[in-house]
Amino acid sequence: MLDKALSGSKTYWGWIVFLLAIIGAGFLFYLQQFAQGLGITGMSRDVSWGFYISQFTFLVGVAASGVMVVLPYYLHDYKAFGKITILGEFLAIPAVIMCMLFIFVDMGQPLRVLNVILHPTPNSVMFYDMVVLSGYLFLNLLVGWTVLHAEKKGIAPPKWIKPFIYISIAWAPSIHTVTAFLYAGLPGRHFWLTAIMAARFLASAFASGPALLIILCMIVRKFTKFDPGKEAIQALGKIVTYFMITNVFFLGLEFFTAFYSAIPGHTHPFVYLYVGLEGYSKLVPLMWISSILAVVSLVLLLFPQLRRNETILAIASICVFFSLWIDKGFGLIVGGFVPNPFEKITEYWPTVPEATISLAVWAVGALVLTILYKIAVSIKEASGGDAAH
Amino acid sequence: MAIKRREFLKIAGLSVAAGLGGFSAFTGLRSGILEASQYVRDPKELKASRWGLVIDMSKLNQEDIRRIMDVCHKKHNVPAIPNPKDEIKWIWPESFEHSFPGQESPYMGDAIKHQPYLVLCNHCDNPPCVRVCPTKATFKRADGIVMMDMHRCIGCRFCMAACPYGARSFNWRDPRPFIKEMNPEFPTRMKGVVEKCTFCYELLAVGKPPACVEHSNGGIVFGDLKDPNSEIRKIIATKFTIRRKPDLGTLPSVFYVVSDKENKGGHEHVG
Repeated sequence: MLDKALSGSKTYWGWIVFLLAIIGAGFLFYLQQFAQGLGITGMSRDVSWGFYISQFTFLVGVAASGVMVVLPYYLHDYKAFGKITILGEFLAIPAVIMCMLFIFVDMGQPLRVLNVILHPTPNSVMFYDMVVLSGYLFLNLLVGWTVLHAEKKGIAPPKWIKPFIYISIAWAPSIHTVTAFLYAGLPGRHFWLTAIMAARFLASAFASGPALLIILCMIVRKFTKFDPGKEAIQALGKIVTYFMITNVFFLGLEFFTAFYSAIPGHTHPFVYLYVGLEGYSKLVPLMWISSILAVVSLVLLLFPQLRRNETILAIASICVFFSLWIDKGFGLIVGGFVPNPFEKITEYWPTVPEATISLAVWAVGALVLTILYKIAVSIKEASGGDAAH
Repeated sequence: MAIKRREFLKIAGLSVAAGLGGFSAFTGLRSGILEASQYVRDPKELKASRWGLVIDMSKLNQEDIRRIMDVCHKKHNVPAIPNPKDEIKWIWPESFEHSFPGQESPYMGDAIKHQPYLVLCNHCDNPPCVRVCPTKATFKRADGIVMMDMHRCIGCRFCMAACPYGARSFNWRDPRPFIKEMNPEFPTRMKGVVEKCTFCYELLAVGKPPACVEHSNGGIVFGDLKDPNSEIRKIIATKFTIRRKPDLGTLPSVFYVVSDKENKGGHEHVG
């Protein structure tokens, strides 16, 4: 099936070359980082995780959100999602690959990465994160590929694949729960020490992931003959709406607990992020952009009349995606380190090499996504777009 | 040193298993001695069930603090990196309000609030850094010392996020150019690994006290917290001591006697 990715229009190849150029630029900066160390990033003794780990966290959510199309289709036989389950599964694959790359580029001694397997440590949440992420990658490759292969041949998918599909449905929330546990179990980091961290992670994931999927569906429809279908896109819109509401509600709960209890350690990171603390306010504009985007998206999503207009739905989806990308892909991680354990403030901002390396990781994801979607869409176009099962 | 055949085979086997067989067999046979010294403990070695420190701030002035910091950092090849972002430190002064956040009050005099306290790894009995490390590169020894294996550390910095005391430093860059005077007795580190105070395990192993204790003029006392007759236990039993962030349940092994004097060594404040 891979041959489908090797023939394409000029636009297709132009896009591929563009992505390869970004990957090349990022790779050069990575060589610099590899030679000189992580000192070329904006991270410091006080803010020891930055953009890489934040992006990893955000993308685990995108990966997990594939379940939002797989579950209704396989467990509730929701036919409209039949056409796009493969898009959900094939979004999860590059998302997990990006997660792994972001972890890799964040490592001080990347050549020792196998130590995690050579010295397995079950008391470390990172050990489980490795297990669930690689497992999820395997499941999505297996399920996506097998089902698509069957569709290409015009037959129903083999029966043996069903258990793997059900496992992948249960597996998806687990990857994001485990990722939340990386943060939620650390004493002394008040911002992260919250029992609803995993719930918040899942809510924001199930809003941002399907929002991205809506945008991708629209792009696919514009550039190919494959139409994911109005109903499927509208159903995704409903999913985004409910989970965005849940996400904002959960954030509200955090605010209540921090400010009504008025425990300084709990309020400080919120104050730092939203209004600035002791004159330090580097992240304030970003957090407000995130909040405004969240409000705008909710207004657009809450009213079905607005949401039914696909242009408005697209705008709302973009707002949701970027709102949560800022909130989770930046503020949530950096906020956990400010103030530091001495109640002192060190601010963080990514450097050009760091941003370029991050962009290159996204480009790798976009490249893998493009190739997978190209294959899937070519087969869908050939089979008339209907799922063969 | 006489070595039994059985022991030789055991060590050789272990070396091979560790992938160092070729090297140690070669050097061992050539020089006629095996690298067995690392398996035979020094009879002078200081032992404890749980090492701990009492830092009596009433006995330490600015000069003592500076000296202790310098000795420790020199002895352990801790680089002096000028950029605070990339800084590495094992023991250093922090003001009272920063060492014990939440303990200060608005009516406390500046002299008390800003009085420097020596901070370092607390060698917790329940260390979060050890709990989170994905490779066991940081681990707790039977005697309570929280150790680092710099050769196993992958530089993920999970331990830095987990430590509530900010005791850990990461080598954001190659530290070696920033070591003014290399101490050949202690290994230097490479970029990309985390490091911190190791309770001078290398000195205890040869029967010497930790460097900070030795150079404190009696301001820092070390000993076995599990031994009710130890000096350290007597101090803790009779004097009022505090620990950093005890509510987190990490059970720090470093105790502080709070100074009741205003900055013995003048009024040079620590931010």
